[in-house]
Amino acid sequence: MKSGSKSLRRWSWVHKWSSLVCTAFMLLLCVTGLPLIFHEEIDELLHEQVAASAVPEGAPKADLDKAVAEALARFPGQVPHFLIWDRDDPSALWVSIGKSLDADPSNNRLARVDAHTGAFLDAPDFTKRFTYIMLKLHTDMFAGLGGKLFLGLMGILFCVAIVSGIVVYVPSVRKLQFGTYRGGRPRIVRWLDVHNLAGILLIVWTLVVGFTGVINTWADLVIKIWQFGQLAEMTAQYRDRPPPQRLSSLQSAVDVAAKAIPGMQPGFVAFPGTILSSKSHYGVFMRGGTPLTSRMLKPALIDAETGELTDSRNLPWYVSTLLISQPLHFGDYGGMPLKIIWAILDVVTIVILVTGLFLWLRRHRSAASVSRFVRLNEASIGSKVSS
Amino acid sequence: MTSQSLHKRTRQTISQILMIPATLAVLSAGGLIFALVADGLWDALSWVTLSIPIALLVICIARGRS
Repeated sequence: MKSGSKSLRRWSWVHKWSSLVCTAFMLLLCVTGLPLIFHEEIDELLHEQVAASAVPEGAPKADLDKAVAEALARFPGQVPHFLIWDRDDPSALWVSIGKSLDADPSNNRLARVDAHTGAFLDAPDFTKRFTYIMLKLHTDMFAGLGGKLFLGLMGILFCVAIVSGIVVYVPSVRKLQFGTYRGGRPRIVRWLDVHNLAGILLIVWTLVVGFTGVINTWADLVIKIWQFGQLAEMTAQYRDRPPPQRLSSLQSAVDVAAKAIPGMQPGFVAFPGTILSSKSHYGVFMRGGTPLTSRMLKPALIDAETGELTDSRNLPWYVSTLLISQPLHFGDYGGMPLKIIWAILDVVTIVILVTGLFLWLRRHRSAASVSRFVRLNEASIGSKVSS
Repeated sequence: MTSQSLHKRTRQTISQILMIPATLAVLSAGGLIFALVADGLWDALSWVTLSIPIALLVICIARGRS
């Protein structure tokens, strides 16, 4: 019994401090994350978009070389980094364009082209958008990789707070039926009941969204590891070769990749010399058709001089983990109802954070009600609201 | 710490306390995975299972207020 209460005190300490340190940042993440769940709908509402031409189903697609050339014509002297197929809108393609091949791709401009005519549609400046500001606050607080990794650390503390929260939950509800909410009791008791109940109901969702968020903060590092690992291995024999003078056809590179990996469709192409390919290859990343396999990419490297397939492998587990953790964090894989559920759970998480903070803030002021409460519910509660 | 009268209240064991939360955790985990498998019915299954914790929260608080 003695050692039990000692270890419980330790867990309470862990719960208190892991929560306190991350709460302010978790509130920022929950508040900025809420509009991000609906970023497509918000963008559609706030910003005009040039419509792609209406074509009958099954109409032939535009030649990709022509489509990219159309986009590049609007940005003279700049270079394409990526060609991206819009997952939700098959009528459009995105060309990610940078000042040079070694420019930071996060500063790239995105040009939209018509997937059927190849015509340039528009190149919206995302950086002025509400959703972009929310996204930056949510991912790195405008502080670059440092900010990103810092938020990842806060996410880890959040997960620690959840796990330690489960441990301190058990003794605190010993004498209560599951789901007890004592509506007639002092405010601090009601806060505690809401905190306990919402916290225990949402364990899995908060842990999954929290931890997949942490994994997402490691994306830059994961890509670097892949670059120097599998990608370098696949293109080893090209290391000392000069980059191709003239690039082979992009369209035929995509065709070769599609033939090499049947049953999948192109997700995006990384141009030679960008971070997701070698200087001598088109990296054609193919994806599957189900919600899960559409996130799981399989790259085919196409020699950008001869247009032939060099190699195609499954991505290593650490990249797959990153890819699968994205939908689980965003909640964008089950239609609008799932987004709404995500939003409600996000709001409930805010309630957990705020009630937790209030319980800590009121630990002294309402000492009278606390001590009465502690007497009624054993010492375990006391470590949560006092100490 | 505990007063005499409270000893009469039933104390639950850890497994009793964690029975419902563990069941809900399994359901939630299922809900997160279902929508990844395929669209249509799997999506709907995911909406239902992930809504259970929300519904329980509302029901428990509504019950406690009255």
